[in-house]
Amino acid sequence: MALLQISEPGQSQAPHQRRLAVGIDLGTTNSLVASVISGSASVLKDANDQWSIPSVVHYSDKHASVIGNAAQEKAADDPFNTIRSAKRLMGKGADDVRESWLAEHYQFNYDGGSIPAFKTAAGEKTAIDVSAAILSELRLTAEQTLGGDLVGAVITVPAYFDDAQRQATKDAAALSGIHVLRLLNEPTAAAVAYGLDSGTDGVVAIYDLGGGTFDISLLKMQRGVFEVLATAGNTALGGDDFDNAVADWIQAQAGVSQLPDQGARRQLLRLARSVKETLSSAMLAPYELKLNADITFKGELSVQQFNDIIEPMFKKTLAPCRQVIRDAGIAKTDVQAVVMVGGSTRVPLVRERVSQFFDQTVLTDIDPDQVVAIGAAIQADVLAGNKPDSELLLLDVIPLSLGLETMGGLVEKIIPRNTTIPIARAQEFTTYKDGQTAMALHVVQGERELVSDCRSLANFELRDIPARTAGACRIQVLFQVDADGLLMVSALEKESGVLASIDVKPSYGLSDGEIEQMLKASIEHASEDVRKRALAEQKVEGSRVIEAIGSALAADGDQHLTADERSDVDALIENLKQSLEQDSSDAIKQAIEKLEAGSSAFVERRMNASVKQLMAGQELEELERSLVSADDLSDS
Amino acid sequence: MQVDFSNNYFELFELPVQYVVSQDHLDTRFRSLQRYLHPDKFASASDAERRWSMQAASFVNEAYQALSKPLSRASYLLSLHGISLDEETDTQMSPMFLMEQMELREALGDAPDAADPYAALDKISAQLNNGRRDSESAFTSAANNADWTEARTVVRQWQFLEKLNSEVQAQEARLDDAL
Repeated sequence: MALLQISEPGQSQAPHQRRLAVGIDLGTTNSLVASVISGSASVLKDANDQWSIPSVVHYSDKHASVIGNAAQEKAADDPFNTIRSAKRLMGKGADDVRESWLAEHYQFNYDGGSIPAFKTAAGEKTAIDVSAAILSELRLTAEQTLGGDLVGAVITVPAYFDDAQRQATKDAAALSGIHVLRLLNEPTAAAVAYGLDSGTDGVVAIYDLGGGTFDISLLKMQRGVFEVLATAGNTALGGDDFDNAVADWIQAQAGVSQLPDQGARRQLLRLARSVKETLSSAMLAPYELKLNADITFKGELSVQQFNDIIEPMFKKTLAPCRQVIRDAGIAKTDVQAVVMVGGSTRVPLVRERVSQFFDQTVLTDIDPDQVVAIGAAIQADVLAGNKPDSELLLLDVIPLSLGLETMGGLVEKIIPRNTTIPIARAQEFTTYKDGQTAMALHVVQGERELVSDCRSLANFELRDIPARTAGACRIQVLFQVDADGLLMVSALEKESGVLASIDVKPSYGLSDGEIEQMLKASIEHASEDVRKRALAEQKVEGSRVIEAIGSALAADGDQHLTADERSDVDALIENLKQSLEQDSSDAIKQAIEKLEAGSSAFVERRMNASVKQLMAGQELEELERSLVSADDLSDS
Repeated sequence: MQVDFSNNYFELFELPVQYVVSQDHLDTRFRSLQRYLHPDKFASASDAERRWSMQAASFVNEAYQALSKPLSRASYLLSLHGISLDEETDTQMSPMFLMEQMELREALGDAPDAADPYAALDKISAQLNNGRRDSESAFTSAANNADWTEARTVVRQWQFLEKLNSEVQAQEARLDDAL
């Protein structure tokens, strides 16, 4: 599926022009957008002068949906149509939703598609739709503040997000018209924000307790390289749970067994939240809320009582802390710094107990609510090509093992957790029946031995296998995990060299077809502008491809291509140039595809030549000149 | 698109083909390779280049992992000498070794009920670590003598130790979870 590339309409990138890129922290409770401006990263404020918006969307049948604070205000009056914490449902199936507390707060259609949808006044909305609405709002803030269209964004996800959750996040970005430069793990982003400021080498722990998720990561930082040694966490644990527990406590204190409606629960939750926040700096928090004529909540909560309430939840964060230390094969004393991320790390008990666990004072220099977005912005600036000399390189790992279902419902691990990505592993299969032409693969993610205890990712069906006797076909299946942590599967029959075709049925996500439909639907909603925009984007893409291949040809085209091959490529470039003069985005797209196909041999040869040089230990500087990188593109 | 990498991980990392490697050299070479090949360096490049970068970086990651871990490095060396480890017909192991393994497994099974389960697990870990160290030196000398039959035997025993070690860790995780 092609992503919409957002660029200055009708223009190609001028040399040395700054490419606008942002970092987005798409949070369970709040979302932020940040960018590097004049060399330093900062969070962008929206039209209301707020640097974060609640991750809340309100749907209505009368007017357009509203997002953020405006939506939050509707929560008490119109709870079913005011969707919050949608991030918890990203990449989740009906069973997960039924078990979640969200099931009590909202009405769902569980049977409409492969993923459940909120029933709202504006129709059924999936968590992907809700996230897309939030991302659109952030994109608007960014484009208004920065004064131009974005080339792309780095969007952060909890390190523990599985493939389905990452894919859902990428799909939401596609729906909101944002080109994803990279999905970045939240703790890694936090380390980027801190790393550049302090420049320390060594092992750092990132303890991230946000509104809805907990992550702990160990990172090795060395000369600008951040390597994730290990990561663990809990996708259903965070400050929201503190609020819920405090709300339950307040309700019990008042002797109220049943609240009149969902709106009342929300008011109570807001009260609980403010009590919690008060206790970050006070020993005692008095509270009072008159719900109606019969029910009034009035009393006070001490720090000690609060600590007792949240203690069981806090304790759940320590097992993953021990796990990452074990996984990384280090001792607790090897951890040189502990970075606190997420609003819930403002809770004094959390700071104290984490300091105790790691036997050192935890770091809280950068605002724990902003640190992730700031790190993402720094990475976005580098990926957009604005910092050709940057030393920053992130080496990330896959958070959960990928496996295949084998006989008897057991899991065979293909790629174990904490393997550095990107990574590819090939696995060979053979047919077990005479004349067999198809084969089914079930890919799961998780650490357990039984398929039923792991998370189902997708069912792949291999077709068009040559009909032979049993065992005669050897099918090599390649599992490729890209730098975003997303899995792609391809298959090859080794005897015949035939590529088996694959049908993918994601277990808890959207198929490419569904996404295309959603994109089409959103385009039909909009006006002619969208078509113009699509054309403009395609033109920018066309110019970019011409620039990229042109500069490569100029550098060493004759070295790698015969005269005939060269003139073929030149003809394809000319063809693309001509298509740019016309107003058909399809024609441009086809011309781009032809040129990329026609020049693939050239690209392959010069890449391989570069690697050979590299392997021969040639000076790295020379290699740098011979490789077309993002930096060359923006400078050429 | 096929990437024309050599199949030899040692060459990729500019190392002699032998068991003993400098981890520092591995780390440094790994970083400099990734600095040039990683997909982040090709975020704005053409699809073909991005695909190539992903494959090249995957290959380097795979090679780095194979060479960084002692057992996988030993197994890889065996495979370079055309020796395969996973022939199911071949089940012969020294009875002495199997006895020791059974005892360790029994100890592991009893550990959760011990007065101090962590101490019990630590004791097993210590024994396994000794075994791994012995395996390393046995492998090194077998490889130095080009005695690949012996080297293979060592690696097969070593695999038992690693498997048991991961079970010790899993047991530890279960103890942690119960805290």
